[in-house]
Amino acid sequence: MHRYNSIIIGAGHNGMVCANYLARSGQKVLLLESSDSVGGLASVREFHPEFKTSIAHSISYFSEKVARDLNLKKHGFNLDAAPLPTIGLSADTNHIVLQGGRISGVANDDEQSYGKYLELIQRFANMVKPFWLQTVPPIGNNSLPEIMSYAHLGMNMRLMGKADMREFLRILTLPMRDLMDENFDNEILKAMLSWDGLIGSKLAPRSPNHSLITLLLRMSGPTAHQVSSASVKTLIEALHSSASASGVEIRTGAPVAEIVIGDGAEGLLATGVKLDTGEQIEADCVISSADPKKTFLDLVGVQHLEIGFTNRIRRLRADGYVAKFHLALKELPEFSGLDSPDGRLLIAPDMDVIEFAYDDAKYGHCSMVPVMEIVIPSIHDETLAPAGQHVLSAHVMYVPRYLQGGWDDQVREAYTQLLIDTIAKYAPGIREQILHHELLIPADLEREYGVTGGHWHHSELSLDQSLMMRPTYGAAQYQTPIGGLHLCGAGCHPGGGLMGGAGHNAAQEILK
Amino acid sequence: MTSEQFDFSREQLKRSHFHPRQAAFNVRDAWSAWNGYKFADCYYDAEYEYFCVRNTCGTYDICPMQKYNIKGRDAEVMLNRMVTRDITKSRVNRVSYVVWCTDEGRLIDDGTIFKLADDEFMLVCGSPCTAWLEKSAFGFKEVTITDVSDEIAALALQGPTSCTVLRKMGLDGITKVKPFNISYFPFQGESLMVSRTGFSGDLGYELWVKPEQALELWDALYAAGANYGIHPFGETATNMARIEAGFIMPGFEFNEALKTVHFEHDQTPFELNLGWLVDFKKSHFNGRSALLAEQTRGARFTLTKLDIEGNKTAEGSFLYGNKQCSLEIGYVTSAMWSPAVKANIALAMIKTEYLGGNIWAEIYYEKELRQYSKVARCEVKEKPFWMPARARANPPAGSLV
Repeated sequence: MHRYNSIIIGAGHNGMVCANYLARSGQKVLLLESSDSVGGLASVREFHPEFKTSIAHSISYFSEKVARDLNLKKHGFNLDAAPLPTIGLSADTNHIVLQGGRISGVANDDEQSYGKYLELIQRFANMVKPFWLQTVPPIGNNSLPEIMSYAHLGMNMRLMGKADMREFLRILTLPMRDLMDENFDNEILKAMLSWDGLIGSKLAPRSPNHSLITLLLRMSGPTAHQVSSASVKTLIEALHSSASASGVEIRTGAPVAEIVIGDGAEGLLATGVKLDTGEQIEADCVISSADPKKTFLDLVGVQHLEIGFTNRIRRLRADGYVAKFHLALKELPEFSGLDSPDGRLLIAPDMDVIEFAYDDAKYGHCSMVPVMEIVIPSIHDETLAPAGQHVLSAHVMYVPRYLQGGWDDQVREAYTQLLIDTIAKYAPGIREQILHHELLIPADLEREYGVTGGHWHHSELSLDQSLMMRPTYGAAQYQTPIGGLHLCGAGCHPGGGLMGGAGHNAAQEILK
Repeated sequence: MTSEQFDFSREQLKRSHFHPRQAAFNVRDAWSAWNGYKFADCYYDAEYEYFCVRNTCGTYDICPMQKYNIKGRDAEVMLNRMVTRDITKSRVNRVSYVVWCTDEGRLIDDGTIFKLADDEFMLVCGSPCTAWLEKSAFGFKEVTITDVSDEIAALALQGPTSCTVLRKMGLDGITKVKPFNISYFPFQGESLMVSRTGFSGDLGYELWVKPEQALELWDALYAAGANYGIHPFGETATNMARIEAGFIMPGFEFNEALKTVHFEHDQTPFELNLGWLVDFKKSHFNGRSALLAEQTRGARFTLTKLDIEGNKTAEGSFLYGNKQCSLEIGYVTSAMWSPAVKANIALAMIKTEYLGGNIWAEIYYEKELRQYSKVARCEVKEKPFWMPARARANPPAGSLV
């Protein structure tokens, strides 16, 4: 009998969710985190004295079930916080505002189309929603769970009726560009709505693949194309506090050097972990919320894995394409034509600008016309900045991990100035308000947060790396080729985003 | 159309380092190809070459064999994870016969690993395996893999007089080289690597030199062997010798797993009677869980040596559990009339559950353009058909003292 039933590597939100469920079932759980604070990419980052934010700066859909099960409300997280409007910034101040089911700033035709489009997409989102919180079984072994699960999906599809089912299958892998062109005329609106299918991935408006599925995942909550005003910080604090209350032992500043593998009767077994300090801790079960490449190639080691499997892990596409840009501001910035910058502000004038930014990144360049999503989290959480002062947080899309000629201080500085100039086009006075700025490229995220490629989702969300094949067959369904070793991070179904699905599903699978 | 227009981008078969001498012997121009090399099926008469191997000695060109130098601190652990046998037990200057499998435990290929130093190995195999080696090495920091196939001239010398010929050639101490050992001898100012290995099932050696020395080696060998029946032998004679020895061959006994399209049309080491090469006590290796499961379940087929009544060879025959041929139990993979053993022999894959019972082969044969068939009784043989004591004796019996 070991001291712990389970050791979980990584106290990101999925690690905390998984640990919490296991502890609630009566397990002795140890949660190990390499950095000094919990939350992973959602942890609080003080980038300038008293100015704080997190890499993940907003919540588009956090599972209601997980929030309820883990009593997050009691621990300070308000799932029902009002949604923030999404605002498509226009250079001529004709901004488009999405709030609730309403839209303003577009012509009548688009307004009507938006209503119909939203209804359809939400029907589809509701149809697939149950699958985010369950294991997608492997294909081909004709097990009861497999048959039931796929029968359920088929039934949900059929129940939508013939017209919807046909339309769902038609648009399932459609590029965002086609979906938008079919429905709308306004270029800014099209860029805004396609954004939610693209953010965090290596996909552009013209890429056929996974963007509709990403969109549906983000739209599984009540706030379509919007994000919650609840701060990421309160979510992480609530998850932390709830996990502690459930009895999870959390150790920060405890980087794991390796997963200890021993021999079992039927093959290899994970028997515990070894920390950087050399300390060895045993457990019946080891669960990694680290990304699949890090877990298998660094922590397990290829000598314990099959060659074909190792090479599938090697081939996982996990190059991050999102940079993070932070500004510490003397006061609340003023955006021309907006009463308040309270909302999710998008700088993406049309889908071509997004596409060309992606094209540049694909060939190792940074776009001279960057596209980004801005949030000022200090409006809703005053602990993030000194009184009266503010933090601007931006996701800049299509910033390549590998830049032609490399990233050096000069390139970073030039790019920083370009980003400030880009924002200043919409908020002319902002330059004078800046106390400090910080640019984190994917390589920085990789180094500071230990996530391969600096990829938000640990590995690209694409059809070949999703559902029953996420991250790849042999390591899907939260199991691995090594007994007693499980995955519970964003590299598993249903993927990344602050949702809690992977941690929840992994715990259910482990407790079976 | 001129030959230049019709030359397929001037793609040409490579010439072996021994080609100038071998071409002079090849009076039939009986060339085929192996791994991009021009290669002899036979030189004059396959049966004559076979009798050289069995009664005197012959040389077989192994330049087309694929040779990989695997070097570095992680070389051993990388190879040990790839193959099913525990090569950490092998000493420097030893050769190990190994097989390697897919994740699913299906045989990719067999070959030999030469342990040249603690951190340096040479893998020798019949088909190119650069891609699999590269995949196998991924994740190991200190290992380099170099394809040295063209940088080494290698020649097998096989047969009862082989040791004597090498002694006559001046390799003092050759009689002390034990099976699967590697030894080095001074040769014309350079070092000649000799391993007591081969593919004939008889006494034999393989000689490894720099390409520049290939012809000097050939000439020295043929001068020393003049009175000992030395002659080059080609693919056909090799195939006869290896069937008698019970050795497996890709394209006959097994289909390389990475080139197999249909489900389970490839084989496992257990099916090929190579379970002795699978070591579950060693550290993790590729295909381990699949092979462990198969060992528990039992192999579906088992490669079996058959002695068949009559003299009609059973090439391609179906095997049955009864004389009426209504219960199909397997198929012949290789068959021949063995002149040395004077027997009608075959290697066959037989469903394991039927191994204890009667085995009948349905043999089709031709007599002056007429087709005939017969059903012949088969007897299972446990030992190789050809396994003379001298092959393993130390020093080899019959060598000049």
